[in-house]
Amino acid sequence: MSEGSKPETASAITLEHVHKWYGSFHVLNDISLTVRRGERVVICGPSGSGKSTLIRCVNGLERHEKGRLIVNATELTPDVRSVERVRRDVGMVFQSFNLFPHLTVLENLVLAPVWVKKMPKAEAQRIALEYLGRVHIPEQANKYPGQLSGGQQQRVAIARALCMQPQIMLFDEPTSALDPEMIKEVLDVMVELAEGGMTMIVVTHEMGFARTVANTMVFMDGGTIVEMAPPETFFTAPNSERTRKFLSQILAH
Amino acid sequence: MSQPPVTQTPDEIFAREEEPVDGLHKEEAPPRARGSVLGWMQANLFSSIPNTLVTIACAALLVITVPPLIQWAFVEAVWSAADPAQCRAAEGACWALIEQKHRFILFGLYPFDEHWRPLLAVALFVIAIAVSCFPGFWRPWLAVLWVCTLGICALLMWGGILGLTFVETERWGGLPLTLILAAVGIVCAFPISIVLALGRRSEMPAVRALSVGFIELIRGVPLISVLFMASVMVPLFLPEGVTVNKLLRALIGIVLFTAAYLAEAVRGGLQSIPRGQFEAADALGLSYWQKTVLIILPQALKIAIPPIVNQFISMFKDTSLVIIIGLFDLLTTAKTALTDPPWRPFYVESYLFAGLIYWAFSFFMSRYSLFLERRLEAGAKRA
Repeated sequence: MSEGSKPETASAITLEHVHKWYGSFHVLNDISLTVRRGERVVICGPSGSGKSTLIRCVNGLERHEKGRLIVNATELTPDVRSVERVRRDVGMVFQSFNLFPHLTVLENLVLAPVWVKKMPKAEAQRIALEYLGRVHIPEQANKYPGQLSGGQQQRVAIARALCMQPQIMLFDEPTSALDPEMIKEVLDVMVELAEGGMTMIVVTHEMGFARTVANTMVFMDGGTIVEMAPPETFFTAPNSERTRKFLSQILAH
Repeated sequence: MSQPPVTQTPDEIFAREEEPVDGLHKEEAPPRARGSVLGWMQANLFSSIPNTLVTIACAALLVITVPPLIQWAFVEAVWSAADPAQCRAAEGACWALIEQKHRFILFGLYPFDEHWRPLLAVALFVIAIAVSCFPGFWRPWLAVLWVCTLGICALLMWGGILGLTFVETERWGGLPLTLILAAVGIVCAFPISIVLALGRRSEMPAVRALSVGFIELIRGVPLISVLFMASVMVPLFLPEGVTVNKLLRALIGIVLFTAAYLAEAVRGGLQSIPRGQFEAADALGLSYWQKTVLIILPQALKIAIPPIVNQFISMFKDTSLVIIIGLFDLLTTAKTALTDPPWRPFYVESYLFAGLIYWAFSFFMSRYSLFLERRLEAGAKRA
């Protein structure tokens, strides 16, 4: 269907000279990035640098306007079907959790498998409970999101994305809206996910997490990728002055 | 699935906000017995000079108006009289008018000997509503119950089979007619309004333009003119010999009018749903309709309950405007009952009777919507 299908490519995500504008504001300026299967990429950068927009382009929540974007051998085109196909393989976790407040935790988890994948309800529930166990809150299945703490809600959100059994997970500042004491419980789940071999792109400022989990660190500023390096080089000997300055600011406290 | 208990209603939140003010007074004022009648009066009726003045003014107003009203409505009222002269001789209300005319007011020109049919239809309809009010009964069989109820009601009203004489819609009137206009109006307008509201937010320019155009056109004209157009102008556009029933024309007018207003209420609900809800549904791969039906509408409609019910109530009363196209709804029959010359002076009683019926239905809708809001509040608290 899509012209970009090179079956069984090693790369999970490929961005080639991707551009995007908000009006006259150039949010993404010539972004090229390749994410291999099983690779964990952590993106950091000051606010407004385009990092969230970048990962939101990967599952079509935002549309890129120039360049090519290939996810799991499907090129994202204006064709809706390409977006639908990509979204089946890509799970996303948001800063503000975005659980559905009118549904219980379990209903949140089984909704997409049942309606999108047409999975029998019993099987979807079995998988949902399994993932709830994986994020360490099996006992909350019948509560409503409003009754959970932020950390618990975010873990439910991760489980909800996992229930679709995606090959790629996107995390858009997953701990930024959390109270400090809840950040660890969410990061622990993400570390476990990384250890399981999940392909991940994580936008975060949690540098401790980045150091343990990332294969590749990306620093963005002004809509461009300023620095891209393995964490050991990135944290100890960054090439650019801007990266060094940014790191010194966020590592200072 | 067990719903978590409601911990705080909006009323309680407001009540809570007022407490500090009350507490302030408590510190200044001398101690008084808490919970006693006197204490309550001091806190609520005489807490300040303006408050006291308002209390006195209200009390005076009640003293002036209530006793004469009771005197008129109950003590000196004529409850039963075959001859209006008895009423004219008395000082009080002439409830004998209702006694004499209630069948005409309730059922209009429907054949007198067949009044049991609309009565039974209304009773069945009210029972079906009562049953539907309990959330425990929100099961598929309820839809079956409604189909059966409406079928039986239609059978009773029209007749023509099973030995029931046929009664054309021109002879329908009074309460059944008002309920038909309101119920059909609500049931048909509601889905249309949802489609219009979604259309107004659509990304497809043609759909959006159509929805906006329809809503703004209908909202720009009074209901009377919509009814008038439906009644007078629609037949002009129909081919020779094709006639559309007068009741149906009125219904179409009411449905279109109500749908346009409801659409704006629904849109308000849609707009209050955070963008993250749409994005989360998108990211999970839900289609537009799955997202809309499973995620967005359940939340949006809950938020929009107050304006939606507001619209229902207002529309229920607006059905009385069908008088201008010659339908005998409840208010029209109440008015027509007075054309009998000896009873003509007692219009207040007739209108009070009709008003009471309107009020009962409207008040029920209002209270039920409050109940529904509180019930749906459970579980859906946003963190």
